[in-house]
Amino acid sequence: MCAKIVENTINLDAVQGIIDKYPERKTSDLIAILGEIQNEYSYLPEEAMIYVAAALELTPGKVFGVATFYAHFTLEPKGKYVIKVCDGTACHVKKSGDIIKMMEQELGLGGDKITSDDMLFTMQAVACVGACGIAPVVLVNEDVYGSTDVDKMRELIQKIKKEEGAA
Amino acid sequence: MKVIIDQIEMSSNEDITILELCRKAGIELPTFCYHPEISIFGACRMCVVEVQNGNWKGVVPACSTKVADGMVVQTNSPQIRKMRKMIVELMLASHDQQCTTCPKSGDCQLQRVATQLGVTDVRFKQMPCEVPRDYSSDAITRDPSKCVLCGNCVRVCGEVQAVGTLDFAFRGAKSLVGPGFGKGLGEFENGCVSCGQCVKICPVGALTPKHHIEEVWNVIHDEKKTVVVQVAPAVRVALAEYFGKPSGTVATGAMITALRRIGFAKVFDTCYAADVTVVEEGNEFLARRKAGNTKPMFTSCCSAWVKYAEQNYPELLPNLSSCRSPQQMFGALCKEQLPQIMGIKRENLVVVSVMPCTAKKTEAARDELKGDVDIVITTNELALMMKEIGITPENFDNLQSGDFDAPYGSASGGAVIFGKAGGVSEAVLRYIAESENKGGAKSVKALSDSKDGVKVSEISTGGNTLKLAAVSGLANAKKLVDSIKAGEVHYDLIEVMACAGGCVNGGGQPIAPVTDNAAANRTEGLGSCDKSSSACVSCENAELKSYEDLGHDKAHKILHTKYQDSKVTLEKLVQNAK
Repeated sequence: MCAKIVENTINLDAVQGIIDKYPERKTSDLIAILGEIQNEYSYLPEEAMIYVAAALELTPGKVFGVATFYAHFTLEPKGKYVIKVCDGTACHVKKSGDIIKMMEQELGLGGDKITSDDMLFTMQAVACVGACGIAPVVLVNEDVYGSTDVDKMRELIQKIKKEEGAA
Repeated sequence: MKVIIDQIEMSSNEDITILELCRKAGIELPTFCYHPEISIFGACRMCVVEVQNGNWKGVVPACSTKVADGMVVQTNSPQIRKMRKMIVELMLASHDQQCTTCPKSGDCQLQRVATQLGVTDVRFKQMPCEVPRDYSSDAITRDPSKCVLCGNCVRVCGEVQAVGTLDFAFRGAKSLVGPGFGKGLGEFENGCVSCGQCVKICPVGALTPKHHIEEVWNVIHDEKKTVVVQVAPAVRVALAEYFGKPSGTVATGAMITALRRIGFAKVFDTCYAADVTVVEEGNEFLARRKAGNTKPMFTSCCSAWVKYAEQNYPELLPNLSSCRSPQQMFGALCKEQLPQIMGIKRENLVVVSVMPCTAKKTEAARDELKGDVDIVITTNELALMMKEIGITPENFDNLQSGDFDAPYGSASGGAVIFGKAGGVSEAVLRYIAESENKGGAKSVKALSDSKDGVKVSEISTGGNTLKLAAVSGLANAKKLVDSIKAGEVHYDLIEVMACAGGCVNGGGQPIAPVTDNAAANRTEGLGSCDKSSSACVSCENAELKSYEDLGHDKAHKILHTKYQDSKVTLEKLVQNAK
């Protein structure tokens, strides 16, 4: 349901604006265009991909193929708070696994499900973020939380939930 | 150059691959992703061979490695045998192995190769793709759990047909072939044209013609219904292949008898409607000329081409002949005339057609045409129905020869050749030549090959020279249409057939081995039907009277159609979003 609402708000003028930056509309511009669309929406909305396909005279299947080939692209809308738990070697040794497990429980996530039903949180385990000195590390949107642990993170999530009126 | 393949000394002056030279040496390597009509992909690794070239020694895929002087090739070394078996086992592990209920069983390359290599055990855990079967298209069923990811369908769809609906998505163990966005083949308004060339090239049961066999049995066994059948020209020269005969065998008489045994009340010939098409389309063309319209006119017999034009060239739709295809003209004539002739109620009349084509299923379901042809089955499905009633390769020859029923049972040679590329144009040429002077049709020659799947011809009529072109394969058609639009070439009448070689090579036809030149053999079969026809030109069809009885207005109403602009444009997408 939530995904639907998000999709309906896609403004194709904004997508056209991005495509306009690539006046030659070459096939090789596809990845760059998709990248900018993802920056705009945090994911690749279907309508936007279909629109890009028509603009570059590609088939929808081709654009979908490229979008699903690269791990960088995501087709699912993300929550308001995107949490990246570093699970690189150093963080892993410092028990990032426990943080991930706690978050899955707190947010009702697991398996392929990375976004909470209320669209507030998206949580992903990611490879090394390059801050091993302060392991374990968690990123919430642009904020970095270093040398953290399960309890501190649980507190943070509860605080955000409260602020958002979701607790 | 000299190459040794398994102790056989071969010499070659050509720049060819190891696989091609192996074939010349009489060694057939197992393949999945190799097909001469599409680009070389080198993905399945089934054709690996061991090669020693000077000091270099290694394992290479034969399909994508060129031969070199002094090469020593081993196709059956211990290492190669082990590798091949491993590849087949890995494929089987990710393949739904319920062969007995697979529509491709008995005709499956994976089954064949596994047997050929003696793979009797799979050491890996079964983990087939869990994406459900896709029944959304009226023409083609897609089963990702059977897919071996050879990519043949992706390349034929993109390279040969310039459609590109099927493509790879995701990657690694999650790789999937499909139209994308989790949608089915029938769920994109602007997408699959149902030509079925993917069905023909799929080595396994991942893409098959959608079956409507049960629907046919249900109406045949319904006592209230009167079920009649029409059979397209290309079916008669391919059907016998399912019963062990060489491609191109003409089996019209046996086919008619088999259809009667299945239980059809009347067995008619779609060729009758093809003759009607020639007359209607010929007259339409001449009327356009008379009205001063000198733009090229495109034929509309091929429903996959019609859909392709609607999606890609909406500006050309006024140039498409408004004639319905022979299948649809036939359905309309039946529903209009048969109730009275046969003394039955219209609602109890069921028209079934047997077509070499998967796109005809989609065509019959179009909004503008719905209700005239009730069920469409392919040559493939007819063969299955025949096998179901006990016709086998052993007793096929015992089928006595039958004749088509009146009033739609006679056909001219011009109609029979509708099944080959260039046939419609040739039939129209005959019709124009005959109108110019009686007996003129006999001197008309087949169109001559030009390039890129285009055949051409010229005829003078009323002091003007008319230029005709026939093109088959949608990528070839795209090229021709683009050069016409750019003003580089001009033709007055252009026949387009979606499948390379025409309907003989349709998506509902038997899948012949790559090494058999089946389309050419079937075309020859049609040629012999043409020669043995009593009439050469469509207007000489002895039964045309029932069509003429319709009168001009009625004929125009029930035998012509309209087209829809379904091109996806940026403007339309913005409009839809609002």
